[in-house]
Amino acid sequence: MTDISTLSGEAFWLPVIFIGLMGLAFFIYAILDGYDLGVGILLPKDSEAQRDTMIASIGPFWDANETWLVLGIGILLIAFPLAHSMILFNLYLPVTVMLAGLILRGVAFDFRAKAPEDHKELWDRAFQAGSLLATLAQGYMLGLFVMGFADTLAAHLFAALSAICVTAGYTFIGAAWLIMKTEGDLQKRAAWWARRCAWLMALGIIAVSIVNPLVSGTIFDKWFGSPLVIVLWIIPLFCFVLFFIADRYLRRAPYPNDFGCWIPFASAAMIFLLSFIGLAYSFYPFVVPNKLDIWQAASAPESLMFILYGVIVVLPTILGYTFFAYRVFHGKATQLKYY
Amino acid sequence: MLETLMLSRIQFAANISFHILFPSISIALCWFLFYFKVRYNRSGDEVWMRAYRFWVKVFALTFALGVVSGITMSFQFGTNWPGYMETVGNIAGPLLGYEVLTAFFLEATFLGIMLFGINKVSNRVHTLATFLVAFGTSMSAFWIIALNSWMQTPTGFEMRQVGDAMKAFPLDWWAIIFNPSMPYRLAHMLVASGLTAAFLIAGISAYRILKDDHKPAPRLALKNATIAAALLIPLQIFLGDMHGLNTLHHQPAKIAAMEAVWHTEKNVPLVLFAIPDKETKSNKYSVEIPNMASIILTHTSDGELKGLNEYPNAHPPVAPLFYGFRIMVGMGMLMLLVSWVGCWQIYRRNELSPLMLKVFVGMTFSGWIATLAGWYVTEIGRQPWLVTGVLKTVDAVTSTPASNVGTSLAIYLSLYVVLLIAYIRTLFVMARKAVLVDRPEQIDTLQEKLVEENL
Repeated sequence: MTDISTLSGEAFWLPVIFIGLMGLAFFIYAILDGYDLGVGILLPKDSEAQRDTMIASIGPFWDANETWLVLGIGILLIAFPLAHSMILFNLYLPVTVMLAGLILRGVAFDFRAKAPEDHKELWDRAFQAGSLLATLAQGYMLGLFVMGFADTLAAHLFAALSAICVTAGYTFIGAAWLIMKTEGDLQKRAAWWARRCAWLMALGIIAVSIVNPLVSGTIFDKWFGSPLVIVLWIIPLFCFVLFFIADRYLRRAPYPNDFGCWIPFASAAMIFLLSFIGLAYSFYPFVVPNKLDIWQAASAPESLMFILYGVIVVLPTILGYTFFAYRVFHGKATQLKYY
Repeated sequence: MLETLMLSRIQFAANISFHILFPSISIALCWFLFYFKVRYNRSGDEVWMRAYRFWVKVFALTFALGVVSGITMSFQFGTNWPGYMETVGNIAGPLLGYEVLTAFFLEATFLGIMLFGINKVSNRVHTLATFLVAFGTSMSAFWIIALNSWMQTPTGFEMRQVGDAMKAFPLDWWAIIFNPSMPYRLAHMLVASGLTAAFLIAGISAYRILKDDHKPAPRLALKNATIAAALLIPLQIFLGDMHGLNTLHHQPAKIAAMEAVWHTEKNVPLVLFAIPDKETKSNKYSVEIPNMASIILTHTSDGELKGLNEYPNAHPPVAPLFYGFRIMVGMGMLMLLVSWVGCWQIYRRNELSPLMLKVFVGMTFSGWIATLAGWYVTEIGRQPWLVTGVLKTVDAVTSTPASNVGTSLAIYLSLYVVLLIAYIRTLFVMARKAVLVDRPEQIDTLQEKLVEENL
């Protein structure tokens, strides 16, 4: 690990800024592509009309949502090239599976509406399968990362658990999105889905939170090491409260006048944020657990400076027009018109 | 190790070849859409909007394929070519980063408004969204071509020892971005995209007319696309020539391989066709025009051209460059002929003869062939270097077992075959659907049907 006191100005803070930006990109990705992947997984077999509405609800957004993944992996590539190589070397096959899944769903989305009518169901299946493959692969990769890429049975079992947990999380936020963007039977159905997925996700988070400190001494120390860290326990506590709120709401959803249709989505997003902070706190300053810290992996300061100027100007612009796009398409999804 | 290298190269070639098919259409297709939209705004004539509505669907499909095949690219560097980012990451990283920041988000976000927002935003904002998507796709081309050109003709950097490895460090970003081959390659590619999109529009429109489409929109699109192609192709030939001279200056081994010049000589003939033989270092069955290569490349009949003998064991393979170059140029000549004959007929009779319509249908994907052939020439022509003079391809490859690379390659290839067939079929299905539509506002996508049901 790098001795921080030997680093001067830029060489110290540029990698810190970029790890923050990367975290932000992956976090936004998990929320945004999370809900559209979740919607893809939830596509019901028994109703074509519901499938159409569900896909219409993510139509204007999925493309930009997926771009956050490119930004996240891009920052890893640009700012921490050594880590990018090391991580992707260890994740070669899961990455391939994820990419195949993303390719399949991205194109199925367009083909389903344009191919001959009798192929539509096939493309819907491809959309669902692709979404599921992508989320399982992402969860699996997260699990392997947490286990420091150990090639043991235990690590792979943990990764499988993480795959299910991440998939449950994405389906939860997907169902929560549908509660916000749809009405009638589909909305009722989404509430049912959301509640089941929330339970599964909660179980997953608890499992990961128990396993994580047990397998890593460093992480154990970070969470149980000093009496001051008791403050940190706000994170799991707050998580629990959010799950409780979502569950109580979903039990009787939907409500008259669509009361609080945003509550499940907001809770899901907050739970994502808290889990994210928990993970980030556990691993900082390592970008590859116990092998490579952010200063060892970072690019030259002159390269990071050059890209930072761009980020300062462009990132707020991106957030601005993303906000604009969501405002244009606010409201229920059924009235979307596609040209 | 050698297997991993070969498989990784094939995989990279497969991924990038599949990917480039879609941007090469969408970069220019979006400018065509913007043009249709502007003409509609100016004239208020509904026919421009009908052309827009049909082609925006094609654009959406093409763009989606481009996006998903592009995501693969951002992972490729890490999974298969770790040595690339480890050596030149300080240069390549920011250029890729600026592509994501200035292009990807712009295109993706405003595409949503362009496709779904026509009734949700004002006409002016919708036109602006179309412009921003077109601008975004061109920006994307700008950054990626800057990086590709830097790999061909690197400038503005220095190599420094870091630990036990040599790494590139940026000195002058202006020199890195606007490196010597960049303006030529960018212009050549943008015009190539214009031609690819023009022949696609012309081909599909001709197909609709042949299928008895009596509406004015396909005729309008065909006419505009034919004129655009006829104007772009001479420009492209001129740009290609400039690019060739630039390459001769900076990468003479590439030109020697393209022209199959085995030995340095004067009065070099232009080889129209031959079978280059690398064993005997000579051309068999060659058909030549005396002195022509010297005239084209040095502008004097006895100009000397450096042969491959000057670069022992460090020149690119001859056969793919020699054939690839001839396929590209041959396709360009065919485009010139077809677009000019087409223009002549439109000028004389304001429509195309049935034979020419069939020719245009046959030329629908001619842009793909020329673009791919051209890229193969320039990329294989960079070998054995990954970054000319800085990093060899063999030194950048991953140590991942060959079996992993074989698995991923098999997955990608099967996906690509299915998707390519589906894409081409769907374009013609959409054309046939459009023929059956009588009213311009008729429901012809499932999303629209859904809207109708819910109203």
